Amino acid sequence: MGQVASVNSMGSRKAVDAVRPPRHPLLRSAALLVSGIVLLPIIALVFVALSGTGEDWPHLVQNVLPGSIRSTLLLMSLVAAMTGVVGVASAWAVVAYDFPFRKTLSWMLVLPFAVPPYLAAYAYGEFLHFHGPVQGMVRALFGFQTIRDYWFPDIRTTQGTAFVLAAVLYPYVYMTTRVVFLMQGRNIADVARTLGASPRRVFWRVLLPVARPAIAAGLALVLMETINDVGAAEYFGVRTLTVAVYTTWLNRNSLEGGAQIALIMLLLVFVLLVAEQWVRRRQRYHAGRSTQMKVHPPRVRIVGLKRWAMPVTLLLPILCGFGVPLLIFGQYASRRMDQFFAPALGKALLNSLMTATLTALLAVAVALLLLNVVRLCRGRGMIAVVRLASIGYALPGGILGLGLLFSLARFDNTIDAFIRATFGFSTGLLLTGSAAAVVLACTIRFIALAEGSIRSGMEKLPAGLDDAARSLGRTPVQSALSVLLPLLRPAILTAAVLVFVDTVKELSATILLRPFGFNTLATHVYENASRGVPQDGAAAALTIILTAMVPVLLLSGALMRDAEAHL
Amino acid sequence: MISTKTSGLGAFALAALFATSALADGTVNIYTYRQPDLIKPVLEAFTAETGIQTEVLFLDKGLEERILAEGENSPADVIMTVDISRLTSAKEKGVTQPLIDEKLNAELPAEYRDPEGNWFGVTKRARVVYASKDRVQDTAITYADLADPKWKGKICMRSGQHDYNLALFSAAISHWGAEKTEEWMKGLKANLAKKPDGGDRPQAGAIAAGECDIAIGNTYYVGLMRNNEKDPKEKEWGNAINVLFPTFENGLTHVNISGAALAKHAPNRDNAVKLIEFLASHKAQQVYAEANYEYPVEPGLEPSETVKAFGKLKADTLPLADIAKYRKQASEMVDRVGLDDGPSS
Repeated sequence: MGQVASVNSMGSRKAVDAVRPPRHPLLRSAALLVSGIVLLPIIALVFVALSGTGEDWPHLVQNVLPGSIRSTLLLMSLVAAMTGVVGVASAWAVVAYDFPFRKTLSWMLVLPFAVPPYLAAYAYGEFLHFHGPVQGMVRALFGFQTIRDYWFPDIRTTQGTAFVLAAVLYPYVYMTTRVVFLMQGRNIADVARTLGASPRRVFWRVLLPVARPAIAAGLALVLMETINDVGAAEYFGVRTLTVAVYTTWLNRNSLEGGAQIALIMLLLVFVLLVAEQWVRRRQRYHAGRSTQMKVHPPRVRIVGLKRWAMPVTLLLPILCGFGVPLLIFGQYASRRMDQFFAPALGKALLNSLMTATLTALLAVAVALLLLNVVRLCRGRGMIAVVRLASIGYALPGGILGLGLLFSLARFDNTIDAFIRATFGFSTGLLLTGSAAAVVLACTIRFIALAEGSIRSGMEKLPAGLDDAARSLGRTPVQSALSVLLPLLRPAILTAAVLVFVDTVKELSATILLRPFGFNTLATHVYENASRGVPQDGAAAALTIILTAMVPVLLLSGALMRDAEAHL
Repeated sequence: MISTKTSGLGAFALAALFATSALADGTVNIYTYRQPDLIKPVLEAFTAETGIQTEVLFLDKGLEERILAEGENSPADVIMTVDISRLTSAKEKGVTQPLIDEKLNAELPAEYRDPEGNWFGVTKRARVVYASKDRVQDTAITYADLADPKWKGKICMRSGQHDYNLALFSAAISHWGAEKTEEWMKGLKANLAKKPDGGDRPQAGAIAAGECDIAIGNTYYVGLMRNNEKDPKEKEWGNAINVLFPTFENGLTHVNISGAALAKHAPNRDNAVKLIEFLASHKAQQVYAEANYEYPVEPGLEPSETVKAFGKLKADTLPLADIAKYRKQASEMVDRVGLDDGPSS
């Protein structure tokens, strides 16, 4: 099978080669080198996993995996279902209908993205706790005294964890889907409407299929975030596969066993991604070529009292994903105002901003390089390498960080040994335990975000654009720079903001790789909260949410202006 | 101390982008699993006395792996951590070096240090029972009692896979053997009021809420809760419970330690030794006891008033190395019994 396929592709490639300009050896090698660096942590983990004896497996298979696979799958399905419904429905609502506060809500719906899952989990633990505001109100209303007098849903379950994760992760689906509804869906929808289809039918039969790649892309990010989460799952006592990775490593002293589980998880994710890609390969033509109409088709105006139903409904996900965490941490921070003036907080903020900015720039550059090489070379091997490069997102941050730590330390120590032997002085650890290692780890971890949004931006461009530029005498690189880059501006901006925000929220890899005295906002919260008192890190937690909020809002505004200008 | 000056863009790029190996004279580099706030008072006292600056790197996991990966170039001088298993694991993974030091050997009781000098216990904490002041009349309890059906639906605890619980279960295995411990753990599971989650403090909160009558927790959390001036809720939790010292058949209570070790390639070895000696000194022991509500390891030194009010601790004399030995077995037992699934399954 594989051989036949490769022979075919070789054949067709040859045919293409005849008319194509020569390959780009420099770009290609650069792309391979970069992919190699991006894959370093995974390669290191493969070595660790292979060095294991497999002695953990009888225990894992018998007592751990059945349960943790079940809760991981349940968690993933619930989160996918919730984020899918909320993300798609809210995107459709703000694009297709007109109602009070529509514009405001359409940017506010992105806000939960600013809240890290581990903070959201803590906030919900407090919010719904017996001593929290909700149960307090229930007791006051009904005159209950103790916890045994009434039933109250428990957030500390797989279902509860899924709810919390969905509350902060649905913006991925909302963002990717809304763009498609705005840019591509409407005109097709209008055609269908003029042919007599009801709005409901249009949504199910026309728009949903058109938006499918975008929904899938959003859900893929959601699911990878769900898999790699350890903060929320651990806090709520849900034993997912990622939790099993950590207990195997830390409690049974088997890093090898932990790495083995992590790699199997990664393989599953990879299969899922490839399958999704493969299924939608045939659908690209429907979605890709639609031209954008310059007419503004009217939104369906809802009249009467009913028009208030929409904003009230849309407010719910915003309150769940953003309002509750803001309330809880805002309340704690208000009792500890002095924390805001601690120099450590300012330093952490600065470090976070610098790390996130550098990471965003680097990730965008790497994604652009890889995608352009794929575009120019079109080799299957290259495509596979690039796809593989973005898989790190599904790894738990601490495990990815460990893989990178091993690679960097090996690199540093090799150089040091060489310089010592040759020139007689020591270079020490150049990268290990430096902020550069942190930037590198975050870049590797979040390259999927940059790659995903830029790729979907490229897919939306008309196919002949590049050819046109080149037929006018531009080299491929020139055409990339002068034609593609400006057109990709919204996609690049999205990529940069997604990476920036996730880097501000990143905790596990940063805490492992950072140098002495180097705190980001996230590690600052953790240092203060690791005794189980996140109140002590409330100011920093609030700062994370606010810091992440700013670019999210800027992006949302920029995209909306772009998209609405097109219509 | 960590400089508090806000650094600009340039400083970030130069000072942080490339690893600055803090090798300068008069510094000691600490890799720690202990929260920086907890060790800050002691470290400040150290700097005040010796003039040696401390650089602290806090990690939540992978401390040993990081030192191993860094190899000979590792800047780590001293490792500080809680839990005996982490100390022995550091020794087993080869990231510590033996330190034979007369001063330390004189000051620290033999049971709280590695015979080969690879780690030193500097504080201890007991794993006790938090009992509801309102609903529990018992004034004494044994660890075995926790499996007694009379507590059915009344016990709260954090995850059985947490270090502190694993150490307790390992101690049980050393006292009772694996088979009896597993039966006991099944009984404990059946007595749980809810699925284990959160930390030790929220278990006290659960008692205050009426969710359970007793919980398993460390002593110092009670001190921290009762003296929490910033959060009235925690104070309430701390005051809703009594501390009972559960015992094994020998009448003694399980204790764990926090400790320090000399890192394998310590570049500032002399300063590192000075720090470890300081941690064992009377002055540091007092700071630990007062600021953190831990028990000093120094014989004869009293704990803080808050902790004294719990009653008298009679610490188990079981060799700490035994506890570490059974950790993996205990962890597997927790999975096998399904302790973390809670009472229902």
